[in-house]
Amino acid sequence: MSALLQFKDVDVHYGPIQALKKVNLEVNQGEIVTMIGSNGAGKSTLLMSIFGQPRISSGEIIYQGEDISKKSAHYVASNGLAQSPEGRRIFPGMSVEENLLMGTIPIGMAHCDEDMQHMFELFPRLKERRNQRASTMSGGEQQMLAIARALMSRPKLLLLDEPSLGLAPIIVKQIFQILADVASTGMTIFLVEQNANHALKLADRGYVLVNGEIRLTGSGDELLVNPEVREAYLGGH
Amino acid sequence: MDIVLQQLVNGLTLGSVYGLIAIGYTMVYGIIGMINFAHGDVYMVSSYLTAIAIALLTFFGFESFPIIIFGTLIFTIIVTGAYGWVIERVAYRPLRNSSRLSILISAIGMSLILQNYVQISQGARQQGIPTLLSGAIRFEVGDGFVQITYMKLFILFAAFLGMGILTYIIQKTKLGRMCRATQQDRKMASILGINTDRIISSVFVIGAAMAALAGVLVTLDYGAFDFYVGFIIGIKAFTAAVLGGIGSLPGAMLGGLILGLSEALFAGLISSDYKDVFSFSLLVVILIFRPSGLLGKPEVEKV
Repeated sequence: MSALLQFKDVDVHYGPIQALKKVNLEVNQGEIVTMIGSNGAGKSTLLMSIFGQPRISSGEIIYQGEDISKKSAHYVASNGLAQSPEGRRIFPGMSVEENLLMGTIPIGMAHCDEDMQHMFELFPRLKERRNQRASTMSGGEQQMLAIARALMSRPKLLLLDEPSLGLAPIIVKQIFQILADVASTGMTIFLVEQNANHALKLADRGYVLVNGEIRLTGSGDELLVNPEVREAYLGGH
Repeated sequence: MDIVLQQLVNGLTLGSVYGLIAIGYTMVYGIIGMINFAHGDVYMVSSYLTAIAIALLTFFGFESFPIIIFGTLIFTIIVTGAYGWVIERVAYRPLRNSSRLSILISAIGMSLILQNYVQISQGARQQGIPTLLSGAIRFEVGDGFVQITYMKLFILFAAFLGMGILTYIIQKTKLGRMCRATQQDRKMASILGINTDRIISSVFVIGAAMAALAGVLVTLDYGAFDFYVGFIIGIKAFTAAVLGGIGSLPGAMLGGLILGLSEALFAGLISSDYKDVFSFSLLVVILIFRPSGLLGKPEVEKV
């Protein structure tokens, strides 16, 4: 099986600081892959580098057989990659509905009504607030909106950057339940998380990123019981 | 009483023109955070284009006012829009990732280039166009009367129509949503598949088109212009944009109207020599109490 997304020896530098060191990874069609790592390990840099922000300094990012590492962000987005980014980055001055419409840019309005109905079924909270300004919503609702916005483009690969960040445990649980539902439809998901427990339970495979390097890799279950992972990310129990 | 009403009408027309030009400042600031100091000169270019269009249309034998005005508007808006596009392309896009100061200097340079290019190609003397629409409505008010020329009515109608269409585009269309998204978070907009460079270009074209609308209206009304007319009206429109809250589209329109009205009332009731002093003092006072302008949001520094 050829990989949908593949990193080959990817380096990223911010000036003199090296944020990613020879990263190799792959995400196959239909898989849920997670990358866990602590703050500052380079997780968000890795996801954003897919969109050329920042540009990688060496290596290749292969998506559907094509090196996209030198392409523009809007080109990448138009080819079926959607991201719910770190910090959600919803458009604060727009309504919930308008935010969702922004997700349809790569595919046009053809499936818009149908997909929006679907999003309101997945996230009933968004339906209640469809005409409300996004900035007035709670963190959990904003996170749901960011995920829904990404799904509106009918992506081939959904990239999620810390959907649990800053949310109450009960909301995190809800969001991961919804992600499991989305995954069960066959969606390919690459999830970057600090919350190793939730992420590894959801994922088929996982990588552990430490200081910009991939330290460990294995199936979700293997990593859950790995002593090193338990010590560093699961509180050592 | 009659003079107050008269100045209200004059102020409203003046203010709607300020508002149209202020739109260009505020939209460009909103999307790339720079003050486009060449914007006043884009307006100036549109005055010359108005004269050229009228000359061409009369040369080809068109005489009815609606055809001339419509043709002039279309020609001037399209060509001025092209100026806006080229200016962004040549003077600002190459500096997209450099410091704000470099882009500011580039804008001032662009302003000087436009003035000197027009001065050399069209001559330094004041130019004029004939009056196309004369006549006025008069109302008796008390002992005096209020006079509204048909031209002033036309300015009000066209300016508000222009602002209305723009508001509709920004609020309701896909292009408008993409503009707002790019303004609110350019990086996220690009991740969602928006070609943000193209959106920035569109904003420059829209701003220039609005300035062109103002240029056509003022030139038709006032008749005379030279290569330096963009400076003072540009500064006034910039003041209007800051007054209303720079970055805010309704703010620019509101700021323009407030500035125009207060300037006209001050000129009519107190002193026309000090009207500019008054409008800039108004700006100072408003900025003391509302530093982000009337409708602007306080800037939150992102970390």
